[in-house]
Amino acid sequence: MKARVHVSLKPGVLDPQGKAIGNALASLGFTGIGAVRQGKLIELELSETDPLRARATVEAMCKELLANPVIETYAIDLS
Amino acid sequence: MKSAVVIFPGSNRERDLCLALKRATGREPMRVWHRETTLPEADLIVLPGGFAYGDYLRCGAMAAHSPIMRAVRSRAERGTPVLGICNGFQILTEAGLLPGALLPNRSLRFTCRDIHMKVENNQTIFTCGYEAGQTIRVPVAHHDGNYTADPETLDRLEGEGRIAFRYCGADEDTNFNGSARAIAGILNASRTVLGLMPHPENATDPDLGGTDGVAFFTGLASALQ
Repeated sequence: MKARVHVSLKPGVLDPQGKAIGNALASLGFTGIGAVRQGKLIELELSETDPLRARATVEAMCKELLANPVIETYAIDLS
Repeated sequence: MKSAVVIFPGSNRERDLCLALKRATGREPMRVWHRETTLPEADLIVLPGGFAYGDYLRCGAMAAHSPIMRAVRSRAERGTPVLGICNGFQILTEAGLLPGALLPNRSLRFTCRDIHMKVENNQTIFTCGYEAGQTIRVPVAHHDGNYTADPETLDRLEGEGRIAFRYCGADEDTNFNGSARAIAGILNASRTVLGLMPHPENATDPDLGGTDGVAFFTGLASALQ
């Protein structure tokens, strides 16, 4: 199965890249933009077929390496 | 004083560091490749600057899981002094040996120039070569030096005297990277682990623009001799 891990900065952690993207969009004439946050997407192919076990493994990966809990949060999608 | 410098793929400041250490201690530091699983007997372990693993995923994230880091952690827990400069600081936070994290600079630019920083606490093996409150000029060379931690952690660092260095200066270089409370370098609870973004090793020769970093290494050498 496939896992998609979305890693994003925690609310409250300043995101200068997101801010720069927001400013660039505004300078292109796009209006009505609030806060912009940039994250990353990590796609994993897993040999595990049991969704519960797969999720537990990916959770462990996030905690150990994929996300830094001091500044980031993550969300896992399995398919 | 015997020192060991850990080298990761992408480290690039280890030669400058070894030269500064050798001048201060009279001994050539031992170099340890990151694939090693044991460290030689040493009075000081240093993680140098650079771009370990190309800064993939997050600065220092891959290096923090290198085989040698298990040995570094166990030595640190036994009280052996550990120093991380620039990328080494990022690795120490990723490894959990120091609190907080280093985000991209507020400017989103790689900043490579001299800055001023104030010695906030000189009662440590790393800073005893300076006067308390002394301002020194040393270079920085980083993209991700914007120190962050939750307010409770920042208060604890302040209250326990664990902020070793703080960016200062009357001009635009005051807190140029946006660090929380202008933090340039922090200590662990036992003050035996220091991480800092600026490069004292690159301010140890008048021909290279300054000598304010000399006392960092001579202080360390006298504290650990």
